[in-house]
Amino acid sequence: MTAGVTAGKTPSAARLRKQSWYQQPRYRRLFAMVITAVVMAQVTGVQGARNDLFYALEENFTGTGIWIWLGIFLAIWAVREFLHGWLRGFVDRFKELAAAPSDAAARKDPPPSGVPGLVRRAADGSRAVRGLFRTHRGYQLGGMAALLGLLILLPLMVSTFWQQVMVDQIGMFLLIAIGLNVVVGWAGMLDLGFIAFFAIGAYSAAFWTGGLPVEPPVELNNFLVIPVAVLTCLIAGVLLGAPTLRLRGDYLAIVTLGFHEIVYLTAKNWTEFTGGTRGASSDRFSIDLGFWSYEWGLDPAPYYWLQLAFIVGVLFLFLRLEHSRVGRAWTAIREDEVAAASTGVDTVRFKLLAFAIGASTSGIAGVIYASKLGFINSEMFLVLLSVLALSYVVFGGMGSIPGVLLGTAILVWLPEYLRDSVDPQDRYMYLGGLLVVMMIYRPQGLWPSRRRQRELRMSQEGTGAADALGAQPGGAQA
Amino acid sequence: MSTDLEKDARPGAGDGAADGPTPLLELRDLHVYYGAIGALKGVSLTVPEGQVVALLGANGAGKSTTLKAASGMLQPRSGEVLLRGERVDGIKSHELVRFGIGHVPEGRRVFARMTVLENLKMGAYRLRRPDPADLERVFTLFPRLADRRKQVAGTLSGGEQQMLAIGRALMGKPELLLLDEPSMGLAPLIVQQIFEILKEINEQGTTLLLVEQNASQALQLADYGYVLETGAVVMSDRAPALLSDPRVRAAYLGEAVE
Repeated sequence: MTAGVTAGKTPSAARLRKQSWYQQPRYRRLFAMVITAVVMAQVTGVQGARNDLFYALEENFTGTGIWIWLGIFLAIWAVREFLHGWLRGFVDRFKELAAAPSDAAARKDPPPSGVPGLVRRAADGSRAVRGLFRTHRGYQLGGMAALLGLLILLPLMVSTFWQQVMVDQIGMFLLIAIGLNVVVGWAGMLDLGFIAFFAIGAYSAAFWTGGLPVEPPVELNNFLVIPVAVLTCLIAGVLLGAPTLRLRGDYLAIVTLGFHEIVYLTAKNWTEFTGGTRGASSDRFSIDLGFWSYEWGLDPAPYYWLQLAFIVGVLFLFLRLEHSRVGRAWTAIREDEVAAASTGVDTVRFKLLAFAIGASTSGIAGVIYASKLGFINSEMFLVLLSVLALSYVVFGGMGSIPGVLLGTAILVWLPEYLRDSVDPQDRYMYLGGLLVVMMIYRPQGLWPSRRRQRELRMSQEGTGAADALGAQPGGAQA
Repeated sequence: MSTDLEKDARPGAGDGAADGPTPLLELRDLHVYYGAIGALKGVSLTVPEGQVVALLGANGAGKSTTLKAASGMLQPRSGEVLLRGERVDGIKSHELVRFGIGHVPEGRRVFARMTVLENLKMGAYRLRRPDPADLERVFTLFPRLADRRKQVAGTLSGGEQQMLAIGRALMGKPELLLLDEPSMGLAPLIVQQIFEILKEINEQGTTLLLVEQNASQALQLADYGYVLETGAVVMSDRAPALLSDPRVRAAYLGEAVE
């Protein structure tokens, strides 16, 4: 190849530097808005018919609905793009007014009259309230108690259908997500087989209450099964964890996926023990103290309260864990295993601990699930559920407990809510769409932890991997 | 060349090195393999308490491997690692931290997305009750870290990251600090600063074992030096003697052989 030919083929720098209009962030956002409008038109419009594939598309995209949605989203876009600077100035002015008062108070400056004075007083007030919440433990506890009270009263305000959803789906996945958050969010290990422990918990409940085809050595009350199931899941967690500790990121994900598949197929094919797809029964929760006894029956509300108690208990334990020595060790392992070991963190032990804690939480959820339904079969523990659980955690914000709770609640609620408005078979399609949009525009999740937000921002600036999950396999230390 | 140098190899038998009582750290005939490849073929050296020992050699000579074997990050196939005369080989690195060995790994390896303060606090992880005086000590040694205590470590300059890595190791109150190429990729002025601080750390009572490419800086700081070549010690002497040795000058200080 001669020099002349090469030179002729080199594109000019000016042409490479030029960005087409559609590459600008502004128009990328416009595109996203248009897509959202189209999706909203389809979600809220008429639904498809089996014999006419394009019926719904025809109806929805020729009617007025799509224009209304396009109007709404284009207006949002226009405000964001063209009025942003103006709004920004407005907000800054407000902030300025609101920020001054602490010095002003020190200088005994009388607050100005009119609107600025109002703003300043309002800001002072809100700061005082926030200060109270931050500094006085009593207010914090009061706020939490109010929230808890609301949650306790919640089942009384909704229909039985929603009570069932809250117990069978939302509550169950909340408990699972809290456990998975320990493994994925805190210790940074990508786990795609988390529901396997849920299944182990559920089958423990069935086994120890005499529901499986095999007889247990002793029949236990469902509450007593919980510690037994926790122990079983701890052992299973360590059994899975120990040989896979050298793996990270995608390698670990595949191993955990395989583990789930093994547990699932065992449940399905070992029919003389598990009942396979025909299933097995389990007792329901009951308390018998001699002088007082209670049995949980078909009404979902009592299960809700029981579940709420478990979730609050688990949260109480885990919130302490996050900022303890254990939590700091996990953060260090997530960042750099070699450096963590060189500061004296026992990486093996803490990774196993994360696995075991996560697994036992999932096991508790399994016991509650089996005890609520009174029946389980292998098809309740599909690999899909593990993937969904992981997506709930990522959606909410890995490593952030409020985020994980909120994200899980929303994502589990959404398909049930859509049941009435779209073709029920399409529900998970919209869930998928929501996840896609979310991961593109807000990868840190709904309510991210500060640390996670920082990690993502820094990875964009070139420091560290985009997420701790994809870190170097093995990490040099075993 | 190596056979030529062999007669000068007196592992652990130099004037300054083995005179004291039990040395703080002693490596005896270490053999380390990466798979089938022998990285160390019988390395022996001693680090007396309170001294600075430098480990010199070209790329691939086995300097870092020696350090990793000493800090428990690699397990030797044969040979012994003795800390105050007690065998410690086979102990995992995170446990060795509790015996007072601090390791500043190659390439700094700070926790890039934690703040400076968080990094330093992680350094004190092994201590049940961290001493606030340790933090003050690190900030006195490295005033620049004090200015940037809230900054995220990944956004520090290379020199500051190296300071942070050393500071983090100091937070664990080590008696023996193992340093793997603290001058790597840093400007000469910064290297000089870091070596001055290392000297101060040594004067405050911490023993140093230093792996370096920068032979002149290292030998100026060190009391004693070892030269490694293809996994074996080929020379060892007091640092000033090594510094003036024509063979060392030729091989590691870039001077022409007369």
